[in-house]
Order: sequence, then structure tokens, then C-alpha cells
Amino acid sequence: MSETVFYILSGFILVFSILTVTSRKILRTAVYLLFVLLGTCGIYFAMDFNFLAAVQLTVYAGGIVVIIIFSIMLTSDLQDKLEAVQFRKIFFSLLAVLIGAAVCITTILNHSFPQITDKVLDSSMRTIGLRLLSYNEGGFVLPFEIISILLLAAIIGSIIIAKKADSN
Amino acid sequence: METGVSIQHFMVLSTLMFFIGVYGFLTRKNLITILLSVELILNSVNINFVAFNKFLYPENLGGHFFAMFVIAVAATEVSVAIAIIISLYRKLKMIDVENVNEMKY
Amino acid sequence: MENFLYTLIIPVILFFTFVFTGLFGSKFKPAVSGIICTASVLISAVLSYWTAYQYYFIHGKVNGVYQIINVYKIEWLKFNDTLSIDIGILLDPISVMMMVVITTVSLMVHIYSIGYMKGDSGYSRYFAFLSLFTFAMLGLVLSVNIFMTYMFWELVGISSYLLIGHYYNKPSAVSASKKAFIVTRFADLGFLIGILLLSAFAGTFDFNELTNPNGNAILQSASVTFMGLSAITWALILIFIGCAGKSAMFPLHIWLPDAMEGPTPVSALIHAATMVVAGVYLIARLFPLYVFTSPAALEVVAHVGAFTSLFAAIIACTQTDIKRVLAFSTISQIGYMMVSLGVSGYGAEEGLGYMASMFHLFTHAMFKALLFLGAGSIIHAIHSNEINSMGNLRKYMPVTHITFLIACLAIAGIPPLSGFFSKDEILVAVVEKNIFLFGVQYLVAGITAFYMFRLYFTVFWNRDKNYEHDPHESPNVMLFTLIFLAACSALAGLIPFSQFVSSNGESFSTQIHMNIAIPTVGIALAGIILAFVLYKKESVSPEKIKNSLGLLYRSAYRKFYIDEVYIFVTKKIIFNLISVPVAWFDRHVVDNTMNGIAYTTNFVSEKIKYMQSGQLQQYAFIMVAGMILIFLLTLYLIIV
Repeated sequence: MSETVFYILSGFILVFSILTVTSRKILRTAVYLLFVLLGTCGIYFAMDFNFLAAVQLTVYAGGIVVIIIFSIMLTSDLQDKLEAVQFRKIFFSLLAVLIGAAVCITTILNHSFPQITDKVLDSSMRTIGLRLLSYNEGGFVLPFEIISILLLAAIIGSIIIAKKADSN
Repeated sequence: METGVSIQHFMVLSTLMFFIGVYGFLTRKNLITILLSVELILNSVNINFVAFNKFLYPENLGGHFFAMFVIAVAATEVSVAIAIIISLYRKLKMIDVENVNEMKY
Repeated sequence: MENFLYTLIIPVILFFTFVFTGLFGSKFKPAVSGIICTASVLISAVLSYWTAYQYYFIHGKVNGVYQIINVYKIEWLKFNDTLSIDIGILLDPISVMMMVVITTVSLMVHIYSIGYMKGDSGYSRYFAFLSLFTFAMLGLVLSVNIFMTYMFWELVGISSYLLIGHYYNKPSAVSASKKAFIVTRFADLGFLIGILLLSAFAGTFDFNELTNPNGNAILQSASVTFMGLSAITWALILIFIGCAGKSAMFPLHIWLPDAMEGPTPVSALIHAATMVVAGVYLIARLFPLYVFTSPAALEVVAHVGAFTSLFAAIIACTQTDIKRVLAFSTISQIGYMMVSLGVSGYGAEEGLGYMASMFHLFTHAMFKALLFLGAGSIIHAIHSNEINSMGNLRKYMPVTHITFLIACLAIAGIPPLSGFFSKDEILVAVVEKNIFLFGVQYLVAGITAFYMFRLYFTVFWNRDKNYEHDPHESPNVMLFTLIFLAACSALAGLIPFSQFVSSNGESFSTQIHMNIAIPTVGIALAGIILAFVLYKKESVSPEKIKNSLGLLYRSAYRKFYIDEVYIFVTKKIIFNLISVPVAWFDRHVVDNTMNGIAYTTNFVSEKIKYMQSGQLQQYAFIMVAGMILIFLLTLYLIIV
């Protein structure tokens, strides 16, 4: 992809993520998150990972954000403005975060990554399907099965946690 | 693959997104906004995995699948977290993170 | 059969009986524990007799000399090549003799206690401790190694404590048991230091090597001296202090009269026949060491024994509690044994004192146990210990009367009873070595006859006191033991003891020396006649004599105020000068240090408990900041 596309997308993502963490109205934060997810999806498309981008749209943007909006509506009054955060908290968090970011970015920029030009990325649906269910080297059938069990456990768990307590 | 966008661009993007998410986690008061910050962190990690896959190990799809699994687990985690938040709301009638503090001295 | 392996059963069966009765005795009816304990002592006794028969008559002698046989010797703790603590069984003439004495007297006491302690609430506990005591005493005499002796010495002390304090609801019994334990424990300090010194210079704990006349211990003994006496002499004197504590020699005799607070069969077993002779036994066991390396220690033994003998005899003349008279009599007789050992030489005829001491130990065990059991019989009938409330008992208790008379004649030394022979041998041994000590012992023989017959006439003759209900004779089970012991006291003198026991194992023969025997019997008869005159019928002569002696009488009655001296020294000197500052230090410095540590911990934790605030974001912040810090340190400190 060209640099332009990358910079537009990344700018989009960063702006909206900053807005997510600093907005004072709660529904707006959820919507800003949705835009961040759309930006990420764009990055995936630009890198030829089509299937992953589709999954991201469906599960993340379509499922998770919807759940979050439902729960926001269940638990808070949409017109309320959230309180401002204490200055002390902002200062220290900002300090920690900036130093951390500086350390990480310096390390990344100083490291020389190897250039690989001979192999080609193959991300067609056929390959993804074969790899997902293959039990040879490079296959991912075991995590696949485990994730399904995890999802089952999560469904049951959430139902039990969130149901109303029996009052008889 | 055209020149210009190297792996380091993606990694810097992912780092910035990660630390923005951490800032949100440390600063926000409402439990749901904390959850949203956690989602930011998870997304940044996904971008990182995918970038590694494309630039360093193009022959297999490990990063791609891992990102998919992260998405699945994130969905799981959000559902459980929302269940907890709802039952907390029933008890305390508010969901500030400062009120969830009974495991203390 | 040559192997004596069955001797292991003799002590061990008693240990298992103790454990069994102690743990399960309360689950059965009380009589069952009595029967179990008596049965196991019976087995031990029968095996001891068999061992004695085998040892003395069949296997023990090689070329006319009795051998020391180590039946078992298992190394338990090894310090270096030559020094180790072994556990085992050693058979030699005196240990086999002591085994017979201990099991016989213990058997009699067990049978007697079945009748005497009937109805007592601590019946099975009593029998369990009796088994423990017998086990410990057997272990002591059969030990192969001086450290093993020390272990069993302490165990005997503990069993004595437990048995004296049997009536633990009585404060006087509790304090008597404490006193016995503390005094003997204090003496054992000397014993332990003596053992350590001895082993440091002799290089071994083992009895075989310590007492071997050609062995290292004796040959290289005079190497180091301290204040004029060799180190081994000091060690042996310290060991003698331990023996003096256990055998109630002056000034460590104070515990024995008070130990009479225990039940009377206990007094018979422990404080007449077995435990108090442990000191004499130990000196006899270490005798070659004493005789070859330190004549000075033997002098100390002899003089302390003689002084104690006289001292106790004088006090016994004034006491009015029947058991206390017998206690002081025991102290006096043990003094005899010590004197006899102290003047002895080594060898067959030279070692006459050794043989006489062991002979007297044997006969004394019989008649003193008989005296105590008879006293128990009387106390059981009258329910009181005071001799002034007893009188004319010969009408009511004939069997007790006859056996008690036999015992009194034996202790006074009237032929042909056993006491005559053993006392005669002692006096013969002493007269050759030291005329002064002979004079003292001769005088004590007369005083002994006097106070024993004072006791006899006051209790069995004299005026009939009005009793609440007529005293009745004891049950048959108790009478059986009295008769058995009376037979032993009468006939034991006929055993040719010197054929069996002597200081170096050779047998020799002895005869009665008429020039010693006749004056001894004479002074004994004089004592008896004096007692007859004063006490047979009720008269005022004793009172008049008492008043004329005045201060001397009063001091003797108060046991020469030795107890008061002890209390003064401990309370005014030791407590005030040593214990009080140490207690102050402990309470204020040591305790406050601990309190201070606790207080500081509390204070600091109060201040830092706010780190566990329960605030999620605080925890997350600290985690992130810490992680970044670690990154920085790792990346830049390593690179730089």
C-alpha cells in the first residue's frame, strides 16, 4: 500500500482513539470506538488480509460495540456528563504513558528488522480454510477447538452471572 | 510490496494505540469506558501480529490466525465483563470504579 | 546355653507393660492393670533367677574368675573412633546380683500393692509407674556404658518423682516429690561433669575399658593435675557427688525423709531397696578406677559415708513418724555400704570391703523392704503414721509382729540372721584399714539396735491405746510378701557371698572373725536391752531423758536444722542475688525487645496498609510504572 493510505488510516485511528479516552459523554465514547475499529479494519484490507478484516467488522464492530451500547443504555443516563478527572491522576498516568511510549518507540526504531523479499503472502480463503482445520505443522485445529469450548463456557458464565437472583 | 511502508511504521502505530489504551485504563472512572480502553489495547496488539506476519513470516499464517483468536477471546471477555457490570449495577446502582473496592485492608 | 540373649526380655517386658498400662489402663477395671504388671514382673524375676543360675553356677566362670559378659552392645552415638555411646546389656557378678534383688523386691512390692492400693483412684497409674521404675532400675544396673547409666539414672529419678507425688492432691506430697527431684538433679550436675571429665581424660565411656586394670584409662591417668589432685580424681569425686545425691549421703540427704509422703510400697521399693543403692552400685561398678587412680576419692567416700551413718542414726533416735525412722535408718545403712567400699582394696582378699558392701546391699534390701512393708501393714490398720498412737499391736496383728521382729533382729545384727553376717564382714574390712572409722561404725551398730527396738517396743508392746476400731491383720496377699521377705532376711546370710561377688571376679572364702563378731553382738544386745527397759512398758523415763538432754535432743529432733540451712541459702542468697536480677533482665529487657519488635511491625504495617486500597486503577498504574522502570533498567543499564 502506499504511504498516503497508511498515514490517513493511522491518523484516523489515532485521533479517534484519543477522543475515546478523553470524551466526557459516554455514548460518544462508544461511537468513537466504533470508528477506531473501522479504521483498523481498513488497515487489514490494505494489507491483503481480507478475511480477517471481514471478521473484524462482523464480530468487533457488529457484535461487541452493540453489546457495549446496550449495556451503556442499561446502566447510565445518557445525558449525564461524566466527571472530570483529577489533575493528579492525569498527570501521573500521562507521565507513565509517555515515558513508556518513548522507551518502546526508541527501541523499535533502533532495531534493524530483516528484509524478506522472496516469499509471498498467501491469504486466499482456500489457504485459510485448509490451515484452520489442519493438524499438521502450521495447522490450527487445536486452538480452534479450544476457542469453541471457551465460547461455550463464556456464554454459560455470563448468563449465570447476570441473571436475577432467585428470591424464593 | 511497495517500498515506503515498513514494519516499523506499523509497530509505531500499534505502540501509540497501546499506550493510549493504557492511559484510558488508568484514567477513566466509568467501568464501561475502562472496558473500551481494554478493547483499544487488544486491537493494537492485533495490528502488531498482522504486521509481523506480513513482513517477517509471510510463508505461514500464524499472525493472521492469532489475531482471529484474539478477536474471539475479546468477544468472550466483553460478554462476561458486561454480565459482571450489570450485576454490579443492580447492587450498587452506580458503576464507578472507585466503588468496587472491597478487597482491601 | 552360652548365649544370654533372653536377658533382653527382662527390662524390655517391663517397658512394654508400662506403655500398655499407661495408655490403656483406664479402659479396664483397675484390678486388671495390677495383674498384668505383676505378671510381667514375675516373668522378669523368673528370667533373672535363671540368668543368675546360669551365670554363677554354669557359664560365668573361666579359670576361676567371673567374666564380664557383654550380651548386647549396639553403638548408638559415635563421637570419634574411641568415644561412643553404646546401648547394651552387661552381665557381671554385681549386675546379676542386683538384677535378682531388684526383680525380687519389685515382685514383692507389686503383690503387696495389689492389696494395699485397693480402692485408690490412681491404681492403674501407680502400677504403670512401678513398671517404669523397675525398667529404669534394671536398665541402670545392666548398662554397658557410663552414659547409658546416666540416662537410666535420670529415668529412675523421674519415676521416683512420679511415684512420690502419687497423691498429687496433697500439697506436702507435691513439694516432697519436687524436692527429691531437684536435689537429685542438682547432684547429677556433678555426675555429668564427672562423666565428661572422665571421658575426656580416659578417652572412652565404656565400662569394660574404664575398669580394665591393664587398660588405658587406668594406666595413663595421672597425667594432668589441678590443685594437687589429678584430673581423674576430680572426675571421680564429682561422680561421687552424683552418687551421694541419689544415695542420700550428707548433705544431700534432705530429700529422703520427705519422700516418705509417697505410698508405703513405693518407699519400700525405691527408697529402701533399689534406687538409693544406685549410688553405691555405681561406685562399685567404677571401683577399679577408684582404687588404682585416686585413693583420695576413696578417702572422701569412706569419710562421708561414716559421718552420714552416725548423723542419721542419732536423728533416727528421736523421730516419731514410723516411716521417717525407717528413712533415717536407710541413710545410716547406706553409709555403712559407702564406708566399706571406701576402705576396700582390689583383689580377692584385699577387696573384702567391696564384697562386704555388696553383701550388705543384698541383705539390707531384703530386711529394709520387709520393714517398710510391715510399716505399711501397720499404717493400713491404724490409719496413722505416729508411733505414739500405736501400742500393743502384737495382740491384733500376729504375722506382722513376727516378721517385723525378724527384720529388726536382722538389722541389729543378731546371729544367725542375715544382717549379722553382712555387718560383720563390713566391720572386719574396716578394722584393718582405719581404726577411727571402725570406732564410728561400731558405735552406729549399737545405736541402730537401740532405735530399731525403740520402734519395735513402742509399736508392738507398750500400752494399748484406745483405737476407734480394732486393728485387723492385713489381707493375705500382703501377708504372703511379708513372710517371703522374712524368710529371705533370715536365710540370706547363709549364702557364701564371697564365692560369687568380689572386686576382681575371683572367688574367695571368708570366715567369721570371733574377735570382731562378739563385741558387735554385745553392743547390739546392749542397745536392745536399753530399748527394752525404756519402752517395753509405759514409763516416764524417756521423757526425763529427753528433758535432760535439752538442746541436743531438740536439734536431733529437728534433723539438725539442715533443712533450714538449705532454705536460708536458697532464699536469701541464691534467690536474691542471682534469681532476682536475672528475672528482672528477662522481664524487662528480653520481653520488651520482643514487644518492641511486635510494636514496630504493627506500626509500620498500619502506615503501609494503604497500598492495598482496593482501587483498581492504582494497582494498574503501579504495574505499568513498574514495568516501564524495569524496561529502562534492563535496556539502559545493560547497554551502558
